[in-house]
Amino acid sequence: MKHDSDILIVGGGLNGPALALACAQVGLRSIVVDALSTETRADAGFDGRSYALALASQRLLAAIGVWKQVADHAQPILHIVTTDGRPGEGPLYPFAMRFDAAEIDEGPMGFMLEDRFLRQALLTAIEAEPLVTHRPGETVVAQQITPGSAEITLASGATLRGALLVGADGRRSGTCMRAGIQRLAWDYRQTALVCAVEHDLPHNGTAQQFFMPHGPLAILPLPPGNRSSIVWAEAPEIAAEIAALDDDGFLAALRPRFGDFLGEIRLAGARFSYPLNLTMANRTVGERLALIGDAAQGVHPIAGQGFNQGLCDVATLTQVLAEAHRRGEDIGARLVLERHASWRSFDRASLAFGMDAVNRLFSNDSAILRLGRNLGMGAVQSMPGLRRFFIREAAGLTGDLPNLLKGRPA
Amino acid sequence: MTTSTNTVDPAEVAKFEAMAAEWWDPTGKFKPLHMMNPTRLDYITRQTAAEFDRDLNAPRPFEGLRVLDIGCGGGLLSEPMARLGATVVGADAAPRNIPVAQIHAEQSGLDIDYRHVTAEALAAAGEQFDVVLNMEVVEHVSDPQSYLTACHDLLRPGGLMICSTINRNARSFAMAIVGAEWVMRWLPKGTHDWDKFIKPAELQDLIAKAGLTPVDVKGFVFNPLNWSWSISDKDLAVNYVTASVRPA
Repeated sequence: MKHDSDILIVGGGLNGPALALACAQVGLRSIVVDALSTETRADAGFDGRSYALALASQRLLAAIGVWKQVADHAQPILHIVTTDGRPGEGPLYPFAMRFDAAEIDEGPMGFMLEDRFLRQALLTAIEAEPLVTHRPGETVVAQQITPGSAEITLASGATLRGALLVGADGRRSGTCMRAGIQRLAWDYRQTALVCAVEHDLPHNGTAQQFFMPHGPLAILPLPPGNRSSIVWAEAPEIAAEIAALDDDGFLAALRPRFGDFLGEIRLAGARFSYPLNLTMANRTVGERLALIGDAAQGVHPIAGQGFNQGLCDVATLTQVLAEAHRRGEDIGARLVLERHASWRSFDRASLAFGMDAVNRLFSNDSAILRLGRNLGMGAVQSMPGLRRFFIREAAGLTGDLPNLLKGRPA
Repeated sequence: MTTSTNTVDPAEVAKFEAMAAEWWDPTGKFKPLHMMNPTRLDYITRQTAAEFDRDLNAPRPFEGLRVLDIGCGGGLLSEPMARLGATVVGADAAPRNIPVAQIHAEQSGLDIDYRHVTAEALAAAGEQFDVVLNMEVVEHVSDPQSYLTACHDLLRPGGLMICSTINRNARSFAMAIVGAEWVMRWLPKGTHDWDKFIKPAELQDLIAKAGLTPVDVKGFVFNPLNWSWSISDKDLAVNYVTASVRPA
């Protein structure tokens, strides 16, 4: 069977287009099937949603030619402060870990970037790339794997064939479901309240993370001017009450937790709330099939690791496919896809375990746990080598990195 | 389809005919070949790209090149070359391999001209190619010199031949015969005849006498610790590969 393209990518969000662009650089053609229309994707006012991009993620975006479109809107993260807080105590609690970009040579630990700018830049880039075909406003109704190809049927009736089918269609991935791959889910019994605020004093590129009894509160610096993005996790019942408040009531609830180190705060943009859970596909590859991003692992958004993990998927899958393509291998062969899965397996396992453990450890008001983690923070704070390791980890610079995450071609 | 100048040893062909199913199962009978294949392909594609100035990051870098895969078997090298855009003839002296390879190419959406024919017969018919792949064949033929001369004739002036085989020494006996055939059972006993293995200097000599200019030689080295193959600049002790060109 002749193929319409090398790769069929289901999902037009962030990871799907990023994969299509990265693969185009090594000569692989993709079709991106996107459930949303171009108009919906393009119509993005400021809504407060933003990403904490690890330095490695920024390098990938630069390597695929997207960074230059968004660089002016990105805020470098120059300092990260992690504090164990209690409601009402705000950020002034004495035990804190401070990570400073000046301690590593690589530059800022990451960048804050609003969702709308990144989305628009990726959309523009795939429209301009001759090896990528964008099919907006199309949904997949069926998929089938045959010995020589992966085949999808669209709601419009069209059938597309490729060597490989990639599910980049989020944590409720239809591609994953149609492939009969089970998902494991952990409910954190937390809801994230997300919004952007304006404040009187400058943030100086500092990302703050307070670990509260019910979950973390992150204050992430946004450009331009004095704006920050808030990710505030609470127990679901409390979060529901806070979400139901009007804007003034919401700010009144936020102020004592936020503290006054940035002066007076005001809401900027809409408020969102998301139940927090971690879902992982039992396997991320199959015959002519790979799952990436939230379709592979939908992660608790502490420290923005969800999207950063998605770009790790993009980088490793691209490199594995690039190497296979350069030697003429069948990019959909199980043997090829297993290389990607085994490269990612350690990260995936430590992610599931690590995020869960960190969150459980910090989201607890037990006096003994508090003492233990305060001592732990003090220890990290007093050991520069260990601190640098955490900084590099936060910047996504540890482990066996694929080329794109080092800013090099795949 | 045989000719009077056929140098294929009938006993060798019969041995491979017995192995001719299951070509494409990476965990089946041909697992050792599947394990080695990425490394062979790395060498072949890089040499071809360098010789013909092609960019491997292009969609079909070998477009316009005519490639002959001698001893194509199930198409483990023919398919990658066709996928890279080359026009491929896969030749095999074992008739049973041809339909297996054809069915698989069709499933993969690739056009490959598989033929039950020998290198000598193709040369006698005046066929010519930009690239001749001559991988793990020369140690199975009865007259290597006349076989390599046929390979020379099959190349257009400026064409490239990649030829791999197995060295003849104590280590290759231990690895290729005792290890691969007797202990690991990767290959049926009797697949290889150690006396027919060729030392690198002997092969270079045969290639030069056939009228080709050797341009490169590398080792294919199996690492039992991480269970994988790699290309070596120095270690030619067991499996090794050569590149040579027909002078323009």
